[in-house]
Amino acid sequence: MVTLETEPGVAVELSALDIVLWGVLPYVMVVVLVGGLVWRYKYDQFGWTTRSSQLYESKLLRVASPLFHFGLLAVIAGHFFGLVIPMSWTEAVGMSQDFYHFNALFVGGIAGIGTLGGIILLIYRRRTTGPVFMATTKNDKTMYVVLTAAIVFGLWTTLASVFEGEHGHNYRETVAPWFRSLFIFQPDIAAMAAAPFSFHLHTLVGMALFIIWPFTRLVHAFTAPFHYLFRPYIVYRSRDRDGGRAGGRAGTRPGGRAGSRSGASAVHNANAPAGKRGWSAVGTEDRDTRNR
Amino acid sequence: MRVMAQMGMVMNLDKCIGCHTCSVTCKQAWTNRAGTEYVWFNNVETRPGQGYPRRYEDQDKWRGGWDLNKRGKLVLKAGGRVKKMFGLFASPVQPELKDYYEPWTYDYKTLVDAPLGDDFPVARPKSLITGEDTKVTWSANWDDNLGGSAENGHLDPLVEKVRRESEDKIKFAYEQTFMFYLPRICEHCLNPSCMASCPSGAIYKRVEDGIVLVDQDKCRGWRQCVTGCPYKKIYFNHKTGKAEKCTFCYPRVEVGIPTVCSETCVGRLRYLGLFLYDADAVTAAASVTDPQELYDAQMDVLLDPNDPAVQAEARAQDIPEDWIDAAVRSPVYALAKVYKVALPLHPEYRTMPMVWYVPPLSPVVDLLRDQGHDGEDHGNLFGAIDALRIPVEYLAELFTAGDADRVTAVLKKLAAMRSFMRGISMGNDPDESIAEAVGMDGQTMYEMYRLMAIAKYDERYVIPKAHVEQAHDLEEMGCSLDFDGGPGMQDSSPFGEASGRPVPVAVDTFNALRDRQTSDEVSAGTSLKGRVNLLNWDGRGAPPGLFPDKGPEPGTLAAAEDQP
Repeated sequence: MVTLETEPGVAVELSALDIVLWGVLPYVMVVVLVGGLVWRYKYDQFGWTTRSSQLYESKLLRVASPLFHFGLLAVIAGHFFGLVIPMSWTEAVGMSQDFYHFNALFVGGIAGIGTLGGIILLIYRRRTTGPVFMATTKNDKTMYVVLTAAIVFGLWTTLASVFEGEHGHNYRETVAPWFRSLFIFQPDIAAMAAAPFSFHLHTLVGMALFIIWPFTRLVHAFTAPFHYLFRPYIVYRSRDRDGGRAGGRAGTRPGGRAGSRSGASAVHNANAPAGKRGWSAVGTEDRDTRNR
Repeated sequence: MRVMAQMGMVMNLDKCIGCHTCSVTCKQAWTNRAGTEYVWFNNVETRPGQGYPRRYEDQDKWRGGWDLNKRGKLVLKAGGRVKKMFGLFASPVQPELKDYYEPWTYDYKTLVDAPLGDDFPVARPKSLITGEDTKVTWSANWDDNLGGSAENGHLDPLVEKVRRESEDKIKFAYEQTFMFYLPRICEHCLNPSCMASCPSGAIYKRVEDGIVLVDQDKCRGWRQCVTGCPYKKIYFNHKTGKAEKCTFCYPRVEVGIPTVCSETCVGRLRYLGLFLYDADAVTAAASVTDPQELYDAQMDVLLDPNDPAVQAEARAQDIPEDWIDAAVRSPVYALAKVYKVALPLHPEYRTMPMVWYVPPLSPVVDLLRDQGHDGEDHGNLFGAIDALRIPVEYLAELFTAGDADRVTAVLKKLAAMRSFMRGISMGNDPDESIAEAVGMDGQTMYEMYRLMAIAKYDERYVIPKAHVEQAHDLEEMGCSLDFDGGPGMQDSSPFGEASGRPVPVAVDTFNALRDRQTSDEVSAGTSLKGRVNLLNWDGRGAPPGLFPDKGPEPGTLAAAEDQP
């Protein structure tokens, strides 16, 4: 047992479990998440895909998938707002606790319900559409359980506060400070330990989700193709003619400029150190460069 | 001017007998594996017909290719970058399996395994997708030879259009007279809309030979390319979750041998060779306002390899000397630009396709013959081409964005060649007037005849080899279409089907060949790693892995019986 003084006069007793869960586990989670992603990105490019099942079934997917994904984006934005931005900041700009609470409930509730509805539809579709179910691996099933649990418990924390009203738990005084304290490597374990069980559960399942993330199909989220907005439409890939300068890239945008490519450099020199090849304006390097 | 080289193909449709050998050999070589059961990199369509996938040419529905916006700028028909990003979660207009067909096999095992009974056992069709019993209702060439055209003929988008524009009075005559085959592969476009649609940037065009490939490692399965390609020649592998497409048989072309479809073509109707083109001019050419002028614009992008200025520029761009020489001897350049008898497929999609077609004269000749006329006489032929509006208009919808005059000109050239050469075979003097009637001279016409009728292997396929000093780069360039359970593919892993790192095709093949040549064994199975298929099996004996494991007694005989 460790006794800490968080506030003057208030002593909170921290059990070993608290320390493990809120002081150690988050870092383990980050190590597994980052390490797993790096490892998989390095060794399993071919397996890194959305594994879309739209070819089998499109009608339900066209409703359910955007509902889930856009809902999830809103949920992520909500988490950012609730966890990262300190209460003092919102109060400083004149946002009352009631107003914040109402927003969090209203917007967060809608986003959460949308996400949950989306994933329920997706799971229903996955189970009832023959080919989609056949293409579902054990890995997928495990992932769905954890993902759905995270959403359900998260929604529970939000909705519970509706019924509790004014007496609802203010996570911005417990979970949020703990979350921020993790980044400066001084985890405020006591704050988190003081949060109610529902928040503990949601946080734990959330961490479980991030731990399995690199090893599931969820990895596609980390290669969201934002670089598409900036790359040239037409992609040329070449052998190493430019000595690694321009990467042999020549792009043309319809109606726009044509990417210049030096053609004057000498023929490929086998002894020259391997330069960067291929289209590499944004995004990842070619596999072949890495192999050398 | 930026000179680049492009491998191109020309198909002479008059010679296509619709035997599907190209499709079958292509499938055997490339898409004979799980996830690609429905995929035909090469397919042969009977026209008029719906094509594969069904009605793919209906771009009002499928939104493939490019469009011009109000300001005359080239935009993707399915929407620009931002719109595509919003469509990531569910691609708005992606064809489903039912638009292709549900692939199936037959339950042959029942034929030998069925217990004794009153009923004769039958091999039921089983879906390759669900494994359940299925009803075969469509396939990649269901409307072969106009099969079912009485019911489905009107579903051909081009028929719809031609009918709208012509009078209904001719529709019956048209349906009775007119049929030809259209073999299709990826067009390896100069301005590919699949590539522009790919959010990951995984689709690329090789600078050296213009072959368009999908980097299997970079593809993330956003499937926008399937929508983007107006020819629907990008397929989604539903096992690996990656897009796949015709590779122009790049491992073969790199060593100077023709693609599988060309090599195995019974009618010898395919020609392979190089184009030199001006890469800087492509976007402007694809942005021409009038769709019927796109053909001319595309012609202007192709450069004359005999022009010393072009050659000098090509050298400045590091195009090797033997590639320039191959461009000079290129049969595809000759057919497309010198004789002007090869036309691009659907230039109105603005993708600058690089697989060209010599339109078929046979519907016209057949009609004349059936009516008792002399189908070889140029007077008759010219008259018939002018009179047979409907086949010409249909061909125009396919090849010239509806410009019937252009198709007429090509057909007249083919008719003139036929007539001109008949005169010569009959022992008469060459009739220069026939050639002049289509704006050619006797000598050119004879050369065109030689190329189209009797050109031998090395004249039909002028394929410069990839350079040895570049070979190392080519083999690892990142497009490995591997086989499920085949070379370079790991077994199903916890991350889903076929994840892991694929071994490049060339490397695996090289190792297998070397083992085979340096070994005295019946089969050197070391490099095959227990995975044998028809590509890497040398026909000698039965190496381990040739047949699937069969219970406790994996005897060769028992295993062989398992094969249908």
